[in-house]
This record gives sequence, structure tokens and C-alpha cells, in this order.
Amino acid sequence: MSDATQQDAPQSNGPVLAADGTPLKQSLARSLRRQKLRALILIAPLLLFVILSFLVPIASMLFRSVENGIVEETLPETVAELASWDATSGELPPEEVYAAFVRDMVVAVDEKTHTRLGSRLNYEETGMSSMFRRSGRAIKKLDPVEDAPFKEKLIDIHDGWGEVKTWATIQTHSGKYTDGYFLNAVDMQRTAEGPEMQPENKRILLTLFGRTLKMSLIITGFCILLSYPVAWLLANLPMRISNLLMILVLLPFWTSLLVRTSAWKVMLQQQGVINDTLVWLGLVADDARLVIINNQIGTIVAMTHILLPFMILPMYSVMQTIQPTYLRAAKSLGATNWTAFWRVYFPQSIPGIGAGSILVFILAIGYYITPEIVGGTKGVFISNRIAYHISSSLNWGLAAALGTILLAVVLILYWAYDKIVGIDNVKLG
Amino acid sequence: MDFNKTAQQKWLKRKQGGLVAKLSNDAAFVEFKRVQKSYDGENLVVKDLNLSMPKGEFLTMLGPSGSGKTTCLMMLAGFETATHGDILLDGQSINNIPPHKRGIGMVFQNYALFPHMTVAENLAFPLEVRKIGKSEREKKVMRALDMVQMGEFGGRRPAQLSGGQQQRIALARALVFEPELVLMDEPLGALDKQLREHMQFEITRLAHELGITTVYVTHDQTEALTMSDRVAVFDDGRIQQLAPPDELYEAPGNSFVAQFIGENNTLEGVVTKISGNHCVVTLDNGEEIDAMPVNVTHAGERTKVSIRPERVEFNKERLHEDAHTLKAEVKEFIYMGDIFRFRLSVAGNDDFIVKTRNAPDAVKLKPGEIINIGWLAEDCRALDA
Repeated sequence: MSDATQQDAPQSNGPVLAADGTPLKQSLARSLRRQKLRALILIAPLLLFVILSFLVPIASMLFRSVENGIVEETLPETVAELASWDATSGELPPEEVYAAFVRDMVVAVDEKTHTRLGSRLNYEETGMSSMFRRSGRAIKKLDPVEDAPFKEKLIDIHDGWGEVKTWATIQTHSGKYTDGYFLNAVDMQRTAEGPEMQPENKRILLTLFGRTLKMSLIITGFCILLSYPVAWLLANLPMRISNLLMILVLLPFWTSLLVRTSAWKVMLQQQGVINDTLVWLGLVADDARLVIINNQIGTIVAMTHILLPFMILPMYSVMQTIQPTYLRAAKSLGATNWTAFWRVYFPQSIPGIGAGSILVFILAIGYYITPEIVGGTKGVFISNRIAYHISSSLNWGLAAALGTILLAVVLILYWAYDKIVGIDNVKLG
Repeated sequence: MDFNKTAQQKWLKRKQGGLVAKLSNDAAFVEFKRVQKSYDGENLVVKDLNLSMPKGEFLTMLGPSGSGKTTCLMMLAGFETATHGDILLDGQSINNIPPHKRGIGMVFQNYALFPHMTVAENLAFPLEVRKIGKSEREKKVMRALDMVQMGEFGGRRPAQLSGGQQQRIALARALVFEPELVLMDEPLGALDKQLREHMQFEITRLAHELGITTVYVTHDQTEALTMSDRVAVFDDGRIQQLAPPDELYEAPGNSFVAQFIGENNTLEGVVTKISGNHCVVTLDNGEEIDAMPVNVTHAGERTKVSIRPERVEFNKERLHEDAHTLKAEVKEFIYMGDIFRFRLSVAGNDDFIVKTRNAPDAVKLKPGEIINIGWLAEDCRALDA
């Protein structure tokens, strides 16, 4: 250190001090605090809105995928008594369990919570719902003290109470939290012996997950193939023409999603425009019209069309920044048109492809309306199943579990993309 | 700098015009024959261009923007096609040869270094597409990098280099595959003044050392004058004058060139007397001056006479006795260190500039002073009106 700098900083060993003697770091933090506070106040309204309308509902929804208070809340004494019963012994639980169950049920029927418990347990064991509903009325008439013992009486009311399986189900799912929904979401179930695969005929969700991923990839692939030349044209044509083309690309954004999907229904159905034209041209026999709707083809065609702009726009904005002189330079250095494109232009356009692909893939994986309308049964996605559990079967726990898994898959893919391509390589403009 | 003495002498000789004169007798290496170019079918950007360049020449196309110089370069490179006429390279018409088969090196205005490749990969690119083996490729890349003193930068990306370094790499990339002809499109436009001057020297040194034929496009006249063997001054789609720098400055062929190259004073008038190498021009205010007829042939013609500021004499003792003189009023004195610059009002022209060297005996004129100015007849050229 030279003499001059030593004079400037006499205490070169300790922390650097500000003019008033406080450590410089501290006084810097203090002077920045105001700025930070002002920034926070500026974004506070939006932040609050997002938290209340987005983060909190999502968090509470996701929490439902593990929440399982209902069994313990409705049947507190039964759960306590069942704890000491061994389901694998093959014997029915002792009389105490039945007595506790009746006491719990009397209260539950009074509060009308027993049917809800029935539906909850029905997710795990079919038939439980009707058992609880039908037994409810009869149990209400019993007196928890005078009508003991209850074992025989309950079995009289419903055969189900005389089966080990019933009690095992209650016992297995009596915890405050459960992984049952997640197991269900991947076609498994929790039994007294531990998690195992569901019977073959009830497995559907894994297939749906697989199909959703596969078809989203196919759709993303088609979008890349179709968008690349369009984006290239947009970026390289004279402004006047490219603006016109840009309007054509943006046109779908100004049309309702539902309308566009319905249009595809008109196009693709067996008596639709495409089939009629093919028959009229004689390319397809009238009695062998193509089946291109209500299956995977329908979903892929319609979704590719709908998601195209999300691929074209990021590609376009990246390609716009690639100067034409790069291609000229490559050619002047001796590269053919193809080499110049492949070695010089294409690598520079990859960030656009990456951005478009992430956008399209993530949108596709959660798509719901289009597969619902043109997908039939073979072309529906996992999100259609989620919607079904939310609005029809009312199994919100399973819907939440499916949603959580979907979110996790997207995040994992995002992470993988970051590892392989690098997320800072993604450019939206 | 490490270029040897013979190259230096060769270069100096060429600078003096000797070598060019000899070379121009040889077959032309690059030739434009009656070339025209139109983009819209209504206006000609290049009108009837004829140009012939010997091998090894450094030719600069100089002109204001929109004069057609870059279009000419692009036609030579193959990125634009001539609407009419022939472009010949080494005696062969290249009109129908695509750019990648022309084997012409090119340095672009913004360098156009491929951002996704390292410097070494950029340089290897032209060798790779020529299917040159890996070991030889590496050797040539290294040699090219050393040539521009960038040997240690092979592993860097273009974005990690400064403007001047990028410029060197662009130059090396254009030279690495040993082209006989190199085109440069305003390559120094983005650099600051000092770096630009340094690179001007570097480029001419390399071009002459390697014996490359160079076509250089610029709108900076200093660059054109200091670097070139010959300069083609473009305006309005035509070459206005094609000459070595000294001739261009001292003997401009028409009033556009006189105006465009260097600082210039213009006076307008009518030729009243003409005899051989001397004529008398009567200015619009009735005063008479001596001039050398260049673009005028007979008395009565209108003309613009051009006098360089440093050729104007106002020291009474140094003027010829029989020379015509003009009355001038000093309007402004500008001190520029090495030179004094005076703005005078002469024959109705308020922007008449005179320069003198800052010598011990230099006359310092004060604003408001009335003086007589004059010049040698051969320094005052009567050009087209």
C-alpha cells in the first residue's frame, strides 16, 4: 500500500468507518433502507393482491392433498380404541371399538357429519359411503349406554360392520395427515399392509400423466417445426409485409379460445370440412372417413394451432436480434447457404426455441378446455381428470394431489432445462 | 513494427505512385464494366460504374452516404446482383458465382463475429467449411491470431473483447483463409479516434505485407487519404474521380471532389480571359482573379474556383507583383495550436478560410482588419459551375 492510501485509511485492519464513526456497512444499509422501503410500498398493493388471490388459495388447495382430519374429528373415540387392534390378525375388533363407534356416530349423525366421512372413506374403499348413510339412521335410534353390546346389532344393521376390511380402512386412514391422495394419484392405495398398486381395472391416472407428458412433447415439437419458418419470415421480411403477417399471427389471440376449439370441431369431425373435402377429391372413400376428432389426433391438431403464437413470438423476438450480416459473413467465409444457416444462424436462434418450448410445453401440460372438447376419451389430459375431481366427484384431496404432482413435474422439467440448456439462455425479447 | 525494410521501401514507392503506374499496365484483377444497380426499378443507385484495379492495390471507395459505394462493395462480394453490366475477378465474370464460391475475404462494419463461437472457432470457421484438416487449421488460426497480436485470446468469446480487439479478430478472420481480395466495409467506424488511427496503420501494413488486393469503403476522407494507393470518390452513383490521394487533394477534377476532400474555399464567377494554363475569372462582384482552367474551355463560361486554405497568401511581400489580389476583411481568428485559422469575408463569401502555420514570423491578423490576399494561379482551379 502506498503512503497516500495509508493516510486516507488509517485503520486499514478494522472495519471501514463512515465520517461519523459508525461502520460503513451499517451506515450504507441505513441509507438504503429508505429506498428499499419505498420500493416495497410501491409494489405492496400488487403483492397483497397476489398473496390473497393466488398464493393463499393455491397453498390451501395443495394442503388438502395431505389433510385428513375428518376421520379423527368425526370418530375420536373409535380411533383411540382402534389403535390397539391388530388388523392383520384377521379377527374383528373387540366390543369396545363397537361401543366407541356407536357413541361417536350418535354425535356425528346429530351433526350430520357422518355422510361426509362416508364419502371420504369411499375414496379408499368403495361402498363405505352408502354404508355410513344407511347405518346412520339405525344407529341414531340406539342408546350408547343401554343397548350394549353393539357388535351383533351393528352387523345386523349392515353386513359391512362385520368385515375386517371395513375396520382396517378406518384404522389405516385415521391419521391427521395422509399420503392416501398422493398414492391414489399414482394409481396406488394404502392398505393395512402398506402401499400397493390398485387393481388393474382401476389404474388410469398414471396413464393419463404419461399421455399428458407425451402429447405435450409432441405438440411442442410440432409447434417448433411449424413456427420456425414463420418466425424467420417475420424477422426477415420488409417491415410492411412482416407487420401484416404479425397481425395474422396475433389474430387468434383476439378470438375466444372456445370459439377456436369449436371451429376445429367443425373442421375435424367425420362429416366435417376436412373429411368432406377428402371424400369430394376422392382421396378417401365415403364409408371410410378419417377419425380425426375425439382422439389424440384431434387434441394434437387443435392444441398445436392454439399454442402456435406462444412459440412464434419468442422465436421472432430472438431472430429479430440476429443481424443479417452474420449470414453474409458466413457466406463470405465460404459457407454454403445451409452451412451458414446451421452453423451460424440456428445456434443463435436456440434461445428463442428454448423460450417458446418452455412456454408451450408448460401451457400444454395444464391444458383443459381443448382436450375436453376435441379429445374424446382417448385424448384427454390429466387436467381434465383434475377438473372432474374438483367439480363432479368432489374428491378435492385427490384433485389437489394431482395438481401438486403436475406442478412438481413442471418444476422438475424447468430445473432439468436449466441444467441442460441454461435458463439464462432463454430470451423472450 | 516488424515489417522489413524492403516491404517498407516497396510501400513507399507505391505510395508515390510508381508501382501503381507499373501495375496498372498488368491485367486488371478486379474490374467493373458498365455496372448499373437499381433496387426499385425506378432509380439507379449505381450509374454506369467503370473501375479497374490491379493486383495488390489498396483502393478506397469514398463518398457521402447514399452515394452507392457500399452497394458496389456488396455487388463485388456477391450479396447484391448488378442490374446491368459485368463484374470481373481475375478476368472472369463473377456475376453468376454465389458469394461463398468467390473466395473474397470481408470485414463488416459491426465485425459480424459469431457470438456463439470463441475467437478461435470464428477463425477456424472458414477453414472448416473448406475441409482443411484439424492440425493445419489450428496452425493457420494461430498464425492469423499472431498476425494481429491476439495470440492469447483464442479461447475468448467476441463479447469479452473490446471494440478494437474485435476489429482485429474480424480482420484476422477475413485473412485466415488467404484470400487474394479483401473487402472492408467501414471497418473502423465504431472505434474511437486514437484506436482508429492505430488500426488504419495496422490494416495498411498487413495489406501491403501480405500483398492482398483491398477494396475499402469509408466516408472518412482522412482514412481514405492516409491508407489508400488510389481513392475512388463516389457521388450520385458515379465515380467522380479516381486518383492517388495527393492528386485527389491537390488536383481535384471537379467541384464536388474539391468540396468533399479537405477544406476548400469556393468563389463563383465567369471566365473572361483564357490562354493555355492560365485564365482570369471575373467574380460576381466584379473583382478579377487568376486561376488555372480545369473544367472550363472558353471565355464566358460560368465557373466555381477552388482554393485550398493553406495556399492563400496574405503576406504582401510574398505576393507576385502582377498577381491579382482581392480585398478581404478578417472576421474571426481561431487559434488551433499548430496552425492559425482565419475566417475572412472575400467577394461576398463570409466563410473564406485561410490557414497559416504557427511559425515565429507568422502574421496574426485581428478581426476587422482589411487585407489583400492572393495566390499562385496554379493553386486556384477553375472547375465546373
